[in-house]
Amino acid sequence: DMKNAVIGNNKQKANLIVLGAVPRLLYLLQQETSSTELRTECAVVLGSLAMGTENNVKSLLDCHIIPALLQGLLSPDMKFIEACLRCLRTIFISPVTPEDLLYTDATVISHLMALLSRSRYTQEYICQIFSHCCKGPDHQTILFNHGAVQNIAHLLISTSYKVRMQALKCFSVLAFENPQVSMTLVNVSVDGELLPQIFVKMLQRDKPIEMQLTAAKCLTSMCRAGAIRTDDSCIVLKTLPCLVRMCSKERLLEERVEGAETLAYLIETDVELQRIASITDHLIVMLADYFKYPSSVSAITDIKRLDHDLKHAHELRQAAFKLYASLGANDEDIRKKIIETENMMDRIVNGLSESSIKVRLAAVRCLHSLSRSVQQLRTSFQDHAVWKPLMKVLQNAPNEILVVASSTLCNLLLEFSPSKEPILESGAIELLCSLTQSENLALRVNGIWALMNMAFQAEQKIKSDILRGLSTEQLFQLLSDSDVNVLMKTLGLLRNLLSTRPHIDHIMSTHGKQIMQAVTLILEGEHNVEVKEQTLCILANIADGTTAKELIMTNDDILQKIKYYMSHSNAKLQLAAMFCISNLIWNEEEGSQERQDKLRDMGIVDILHKLSQSSDPNLCDKAKTALQQYLA
Amino acid sequence: ISLFFLGHGKNHKDAASVRATHPIPAACGIYYFEVKIVSKGRDGYMGIGLSAQGVNMNRLPGWDKHSYGYHGDDGHSFCSSGTGQPYGPTFTTGDVIGCCVNLINNTCFYTKNGHSLGIAFTDLPSNLYPTVGLQTPGEIVDANFGQQPFVFDIEDYMREWRVKIQSTIKRFPIGDRLGEWQAMLQNMVSSYLVHHGYCSTATAFARVTDTTIQEEQTSIKNRQRIQKLVLAGRVGEAIEATQQLYPGLLEHNPNLLFMLKCRQFVEMVNGTDSEVRCFSARSPRSQDSYPGSPSLSPRHGSSNSHIHSTGADSPTCSNGVMSTKSKQGHSKYPTLSSSSSSSSSSSPSSVNYSESNSTDSTKSQQHSSTSNQETSDSEMEMEAEHYPNGVLENSSTRIMNGTYKHEEILQTDESSMEESCPQRQLCGGNHAATERMIQFGRELQVLSEQLCREYGKNTVHKKMLQDAFSLLAYSDPWNCPVGQQLDPIQREPVCAALNSAILGKAWFQESQNLPKQPPLMLALGQASECLRLMARVGLGSCSFARVEDYLH
Repeated sequence: DMKNAVIGNNKQKANLIVLGAVPRLLYLLQQETSSTELRTECAVVLGSLAMGTENNVKSLLDCHIIPALLQGLLSPDMKFIEACLRCLRTIFISPVTPEDLLYTDATVISHLMALLSRSRYTQEYICQIFSHCCKGPDHQTILFNHGAVQNIAHLLISTSYKVRMQALKCFSVLAFENPQVSMTLVNVSVDGELLPQIFVKMLQRDKPIEMQLTAAKCLTSMCRAGAIRTDDSCIVLKTLPCLVRMCSKERLLEERVEGAETLAYLIETDVELQRIASITDHLIVMLADYFKYPSSVSAITDIKRLDHDLKHAHELRQAAFKLYASLGANDEDIRKKIIETENMMDRIVNGLSESSIKVRLAAVRCLHSLSRSVQQLRTSFQDHAVWKPLMKVLQNAPNEILVVASSTLCNLLLEFSPSKEPILESGAIELLCSLTQSENLALRVNGIWALMNMAFQAEQKIKSDILRGLSTEQLFQLLSDSDVNVLMKTLGLLRNLLSTRPHIDHIMSTHGKQIMQAVTLILEGEHNVEVKEQTLCILANIADGTTAKELIMTNDDILQKIKYYMSHSNAKLQLAAMFCISNLIWNEEEGSQERQDKLRDMGIVDILHKLSQSSDPNLCDKAKTALQQYLA
Repeated sequence: ISLFFLGHGKNHKDAASVRATHPIPAACGIYYFEVKIVSKGRDGYMGIGLSAQGVNMNRLPGWDKHSYGYHGDDGHSFCSSGTGQPYGPTFTTGDVIGCCVNLINNTCFYTKNGHSLGIAFTDLPSNLYPTVGLQTPGEIVDANFGQQPFVFDIEDYMREWRVKIQSTIKRFPIGDRLGEWQAMLQNMVSSYLVHHGYCSTATAFARVTDTTIQEEQTSIKNRQRIQKLVLAGRVGEAIEATQQLYPGLLEHNPNLLFMLKCRQFVEMVNGTDSEVRCFSARSPRSQDSYPGSPSLSPRHGSSNSHIHSTGADSPTCSNGVMSTKSKQGHSKYPTLSSSSSSSSSSSPSSVNYSESNSTDSTKSQQHSSTSNQETSDSEMEMEAEHYPNGVLENSSTRIMNGTYKHEEILQTDESSMEESCPQRQLCGGNHAATERMIQFGRELQVLSEQLCREYGKNTVHKKMLQDAFSLLAYSDPWNCPVGQQLDPIQREPVCAALNSAILGKAWFQESQNLPKQPPLMLALGQASECLRLMARVGLGSCSFARVEDYLH
């Protein structure tokens, strides 16, 4: 009677909970002595209560309903088990329920796995519980280690649509960004058919949209994990077109969001997939429609529709930005097509200042992707003063946004970018210098990278500002950074700072000692060839200075090192070292004779003679030119 | 879908288009062909598309009126215009370009190497021809109209549309008051059962659904008996029973009588007709003899309803059905009680309403459910009147193939039919029977000549007679060119015709006049005819909505 009173009536449910029915029901449910009919009825009523509002679920959770229901699963009675599972399912799919509750007791998972073979209802409910409670790699691993793949795979060919669908959903969450699961899935077969083939069948256009979309997600995860090649026809001719269809206007807003996000993920790193997607069903134009919510029509005519549109508007926009970012990641023509889409740059600029973090992040990613185009940097980026909102985004944004935004800034600071000037004027140096002190590695890299770009062929003042802003301590800090990227970019910055003779002399006159120290340190340290090459190039730059030369010539330690690298086994390092020597012995400059003599005494000339016989034409040329300086 | 090979393989002409020999048939729903660019030639000015008949073939498709094309050099689409719209990527040597015409929504999209490029044209006219245009020397293309597998998965696309159309039909709004639709469907089923004389099924159905049966039970049973006789091949007895129960029916229907007699002759050959089976001395009554004995026997059968109907003004309801209905009406089917009680009350139009209305609304339902909006109403009515004679016959036979068999297993003893099969001898091998048959044949000949005199020549009759007599020309009639007449299945149309005639005749009461065809069959015929009409006027969706798909 209680059951009939509460079903479909939220008010009655709330009343019942207020009256304290839940503990009583749970008590009855747990009483071994009560009849299974009564216990089953209790589970049904509790399940009905859980179907109500989120507050209902909270009240149920407060009464520790989950352990009680899990206990109930040990009963021998199938009807009772199903009622408990149904109730558990309802509770676990509620957003207020913490997923971790499922994993508190390891035996629960294995028991659920065992129940999977019992009936189609247990199959449906358990799969649904798994797919809702599997968040992140830890959960995936737990379920995987309990044999989820083998236990659920055969459910994909169940006669019940609901079971098939829930099983498919399970796989889509299990495989998501999980190479281990994905690699396993490709080799699992059910009834003589491999899982990828089963998924492809589920992509067929006459299957329900939900099934197509979920199957596409599974295949996408498997492809990204490397389990399926990106040029496999099941990706190129099945998954990709299916996901593009999910973006079409005919689909529900939720489906369009999911479709675009999944497609963005699928094509993110493969230029060929990006090219195919860009020509499929006018995808780029189709995506422009994602920005038209809430539409102006809905605002007046239909409040319900407006509400619906508003709710999804952010999601739609961020999904579109993400997909545009993936589409434009590598191909210049595609970028051009994207930017030529109606109001595209305005939309990105607006997106950068949206309140929703998700949208801002996606917009920055999109901008970043497009900023890889030299042509666009010079044209549309300048026309729309993209740098302004970008600089704004960079002010106290969360790290995930900062990473992408600063990376975009790197591109905007390239010497040919017309945005460079205004960005500098708006206090970028300070900002970037602070980024180099970040705990976050990506931010450090981007910060120093941007500074490096900024310093390239920059005027004296900017260079001094950078040095001042960064401080020598920080510079040394970065040079001893554990990350080779940071080190490389810092060296790159140094090299850019030390270019053109007056700048070299100026900087070396103020920071010469520290720089020479740093250089020595790196050449002595255990670094890869690129780092050493970069360092030798810095030395070569220093050797190009007028007064700065002396810092090398008076440093026998450094000279010995240069000599050593001239005979190094790596041609690149030999070449770099030779640049130093060339710069030092160049004839027309003051004091070249003394330097030549000193270096000859060190045995450099002998090495040059040897190198002029080298089989490497670059080395050979360089050595000959250097020897000529001695002859003149 | 028919994708037929139109046989133009390689073209390498300069500045000219080649059009397929046949237009795209509208009834195919979705049409697809692919063109492989074997060589782009000098400049790769190639156009792939569609054009109507009479369009200038010296130009690429798309440039002229009623011509549509996608060009390889710039990737633009040309919609009857010299200036193109940016559409898709360019295409060149090695690419496979597909062109798909959707005749359901009259759009067209292209594919490149198996990837759909999105809609190119909308509002396409009908009767377009696949067209390929080439302009510069050395351009070579191969066209594939399905003789080879396609690169693009067109099957999958068709699957989508099949489901789309089927769900449109499924979700078609019924848009009437609650319960009326259900009542109408029940009425249709009930009338179908009654029509074919499935008496006990009909009664059971009426009990469960709480509806009334439109015909007296004994009358149904009578018809059932006659039908069984025909289906068992005992046509002579069937004729006799008909004459007894429905005097005058066959005289007014000389065509039917002739048909029956021809069938009787065939059954004699088969050895199943009672005249040769039992070989009783009783000769068939001549035509003259039976009007003399009208008697009251047919009246006897329907007297019950007579008495009843005069009292209640509701000719269809028998006592028994009525009472069960009124008991259940209130508890189980509250919505139905209004309609059923109206028929028991003295509203005179109520029966008429349910009967004629059900057929009418079915017509319109089916009509619109196949989303055919272009056919005018007047046309529809004409069609409706036509098909009881011609068109429907086909579809109704088809149905009966399925249903009849089933019913027979349930209700009738098949012994007579079973027997006829193994002993394959003329007239069952009986010599006397053979003589009787020959005599009967002569009488049949006489009847034919008589009909010819009275009503003029009738080629159908002539053919019928000829076919029947031809059986005797072969030593093994079962394995001869006309031997299929002996197949028991051939009894079914005869049986249906007789049944329809009985129902069509006002044997029961003047007002009642049951339809010759049950409303269900009428609706079915209507649907089939709608589809045929759609195919004729070029509505592509008809190809994905087959009546047969729903008959399982």
